[in-house]
Amino acid sequence: MARQTLDRKIQHLRDEILVLDSMVEEAVLRAVQALKDHDVATAEQIYSGDARVNAKRFELENEVIITIATQQPIMASDLRLLASILEVAGELERMGDYAKGIARICLLIGVERHVKPLIDIPRMAELAVSMLHRAVEAFVAADPAAARLIPPEDDQIDRLYNDIYHELVQVMLKDPTAQTIDQANFFMWAAHNLERLADRVTNICERAIYIATAELKELSVSDDESMHRKYSG
Amino acid sequence: MDKVIVEHLYLNYSDGTESLKDINLRIPANAITVLFGPAGGGKSSLLRVFNRLNDLADVKDLAGKALLVGADGSTLDLLDPDLDVIALRRRVGMVFARPIVLPLTIRGNLTYGLELAGERDKARLDETVERSLKQAALWDEVKDRLGDPAVALSGGQQQRLCLARSLALEPELILLDEPTSGLDPITTNMVEASLQELKENYTIVLIPHSIEQAARTGDFAGFFLQGELVEWAQGKDLFTNPKVKRTEDYITGRFG
Repeated sequence: MARQTLDRKIQHLRDEILVLDSMVEEAVLRAVQALKDHDVATAEQIYSGDARVNAKRFELENEVIITIATQQPIMASDLRLLASILEVAGELERMGDYAKGIARICLLIGVERHVKPLIDIPRMAELAVSMLHRAVEAFVAADPAAARLIPPEDDQIDRLYNDIYHELVQVMLKDPTAQTIDQANFFMWAAHNLERLADRVTNICERAIYIATAELKELSVSDDESMHRKYSG
Repeated sequence: MDKVIVEHLYLNYSDGTESLKDINLRIPANAITVLFGPAGGGKSSLLRVFNRLNDLADVKDLAGKALLVGADGSTLDLLDPDLDVIALRRRVGMVFARPIVLPLTIRGNLTYGLELAGERDKARLDETVERSLKQAALWDEVKDRLGDPAVALSGGQQQRLCLARSLALEPELILLDEPTSGLDPITTNMVEASLQELKENYTIVLIPHSIEQAARTGDFAGFFLQGELVEWAQGKDLFTNPKVKRTEDYITGRFG
């Protein structure tokens, strides 16, 4: 096996993961900004631009398959890395879908006046994107220590999500008109997308640990946490 | 159950070409064990301890323990100088990288060993010929020409004939030293597939001709480097998550 060829291909795949990640990070931040600013034109760009994220993911997947087929034997840490690249590319692509979802909400709301100022949703987006950025860096560097630090931050995301939920319920109770309820639901949907995105960041951290240590372990489960809080007040 | 037990085994040749340094391992019965690593690592030397082929080589020192365990749990000291080597080789068959067929018919190659052991019953010999050829995935190709000279077979067929010849004696342990190195991928597949079936009834130790083959076939795997057994594990673990950096480096092509 020509190790140099494999090293070159692996480096290229790592670079491509970084490219895909930056596309997703940008889409999320711009979608939330567009939502905040009623910026329908930008939202439309993000909505249609998701196709590029999907195409990039397929391109990456194809390259991994070709590498496995042509550079065999692919074993040990190389195999774990290539398999994990497939996984991480899939996670990033789904995050791109969340950005697209938020862009769609922006398009649905259009220029309607917001029922409340958007403060926590942009905060959630910034935090989630920061987690994502560091998770992908830890993955590319195969740095398990860095990866382990990130998932606990998901608690902050869950807290924000919870706050947003309560705030929106109050808004709906105060003004139970169709337009307010519609919009409050849209915002909840946007917040939910960001909450899911942060959950998926944990999956990337798990892969960063896996490629370095061969240990496949769930880092934290916070899916239901906000729901529990909802019922407890 | 263990089929072979090796403890603190040391071996040195007079010319210093290859050696074994404190080898400890247990080869499980009814499984395929692969011994792999770069040339000169000691894997062939170890294989040859199991059927005493080293008796023909210029071994300077040989120390430690190597036992063959019978189905009844009895053990045979493979280092015993008074060991009946002929009897041992009936229990331990070997197939080499290059097929060495006897200048006899296809059938003759398979019955030779049994006839030498005194078997004269034609029905039993016929049955052995068919069974061993089927086990070696060769029966369909040669069943209508068992009387043809074996040298007329293709290389791949000759190799499977050698495997069948070894199986005809129903050995407990089958040693294979790069048995598919000269075979095309399809024939290699056939041989590997038959090994998978054979392990139900036999214990197989294989020196693979590539890391890929080691990974495909090895239920257990030992990585040998410069006379040392660097790592020993189940194949599924060793090839996905080696514990020793030298193993990782070798299987990922960083040296060797």
